[in-house]
Amino acid sequence: MAKTQAKMKRMLPTPTPETQHFWDGARNGELLLQRCDDCSDAYFPPRPFCPKCGSRKVSVFKASGKGFLLSYVINARPQPISETPYAIAVVELDEGPRMMTNIVECEQTPEALPLDMKLEVTFEQQNDDITLPLFKPAGA
Amino acid sequence: MKQNSVAVVGAAETTDLGKIPGMSQIMLHADAALNAMEDAGLKPSDIDGVATAGEWPTAIAHYLGITPKWVDGTLVGGCSFMMHVRHAAAAINEGLCETVLITHGESGRSRVGVPPRGMETSSLAGQFEIPFGVMGPPSMFTIPVLRYLKEYDLTVEDLATVSVIQREWAAKNPRASFKDPLTVEDVLGSAMIAWPFTKLMCCLVTDGGGAIILTSAERAKDFPQKPVYILGTGESVETPMISQMEDFCSSKAFRVSGAKAFEEAGISHDDVDHLMIYDAFAHLPLYGLEDLGFCKPGEAAAFIRERNTAPGGKLPLNTNGGGLSYMHSGMYGMYALQESIRQMRGTAAAQIEGAKISVSHGVGGMFGASGTVIFTNEA
Repeated sequence: MAKTQAKMKRMLPTPTPETQHFWDGARNGELLLQRCDDCSDAYFPPRPFCPKCGSRKVSVFKASGKGFLLSYVINARPQPISETPYAIAVVELDEGPRMMTNIVECEQTPEALPLDMKLEVTFEQQNDDITLPLFKPAGA
Repeated sequence: MKQNSVAVVGAAETTDLGKIPGMSQIMLHADAALNAMEDAGLKPSDIDGVATAGEWPTAIAHYLGITPKWVDGTLVGGCSFMMHVRHAAAAINEGLCETVLITHGESGRSRVGVPPRGMETSSLAGQFEIPFGVMGPPSMFTIPVLRYLKEYDLTVEDLATVSVIQREWAAKNPRASFKDPLTVEDVLGSAMIAWPFTKLMCCLVTDGGGAIILTSAERAKDFPQKPVYILGTGESVETPMISQMEDFCSSKAFRVSGAKAFEEAGISHDDVDHLMIYDAFAHLPLYGLEDLGFCKPGEAAAFIRERNTAPGGKLPLNTNGGGLSYMHSGMYGMYALQESIRQMRGTAAAQIEGAKISVSHGVGGMFGASGTVIFTNEA
């Protein structure tokens, strides 16, 4: 028997004590990374210790929000976040860490999404608690 | 591990592969296990070690009537079974148990007796990947590939060629799901899944299972089948998040696992007669050939295009047809091991004449884990 499928929605994150600061920052329009006070490595995703040297002495800082398009796919299967095919991308931030994201204010085609294109962060509110950091072509 | 100290004495897949709606997942494990025990001339009471993934070892031992002295429930995705072989060899050498049964069964297509899929949203992947609309492996495992193609000046035709050549092997295998010849145009013209991947660059989704029985090389001589010895093994893990993979053009887990296996085996790449590289998607053989050291970075696509891995080539690769054409239940590593064992026994459908050393290399998760087993049929 055919089932009527409800329109799929974006799955939203459930913050944990170790990541709450990141989501608070996003809600305030800031992209927050962490840096080790001992070895000065900038890292992501959030955790209260340095994944390179194990030090618990780490600081949260506001990232520039600038980076470049490292790689992506354009998902063409049933769409949780869009009616049409959309890119799922990984951006490499100027500070070094990489994060998954979507690219907005841009056609979702291979021609419009050349690798290495410069990107900058933009924030899309989902509900009272969660705002997602997305990226758009720099200067768009 | 100690070279050639442990051997495969039983190996089998489920009686059927493909669509098996009449069997629940745990029965697929049991069907394969019963076939492997028959192959080895053993009963459940002869087994004293159990390793499995996808079901609890407790469930498998109880279902089959086994009282183990050693269990391993390592679950890191499709290469879990390569790790089970490695852990079992160490356990047998340490005297923890004598005869180990490794089982796999997965109702990947029919979804009979399988817990429902659920999305969790509080893990790091749940917080920092899932919200961006990923839809499982086809839209995640594939993300690094555009970077790989750009780095080495390759094209989607190079990806398609992997599928085309593996179909040539599948055509020789009566148990393969897909046997009709393919062209690059067929692959590129199939349904778009996630650019740059079309449907025929992605693995099948089927039902099936497999099981392996291991014991010491000394005892192996008394079993009905020709022993297949474990020459070297490796394993590693990198990250559960594809976005955090260190290098989008190379898998750290592949490199660590492969190098350890070759070091333990004490062989060079020229010694390898037969190779299996877990191919959930068409890019895996490219990364595998390079990260295992068979090709220099960026040269695997040309190596495949020039038919080195095709029937008649110098390095037969994925001779059962692979996850792209043979079968893929979800955790395919077991079937790569089964084909290596058949090649070493001399019983494969597309048998490589005179093959003495086979490498079986697995991936787990999405470049998250890796396991490598090197087999030989020479004591």
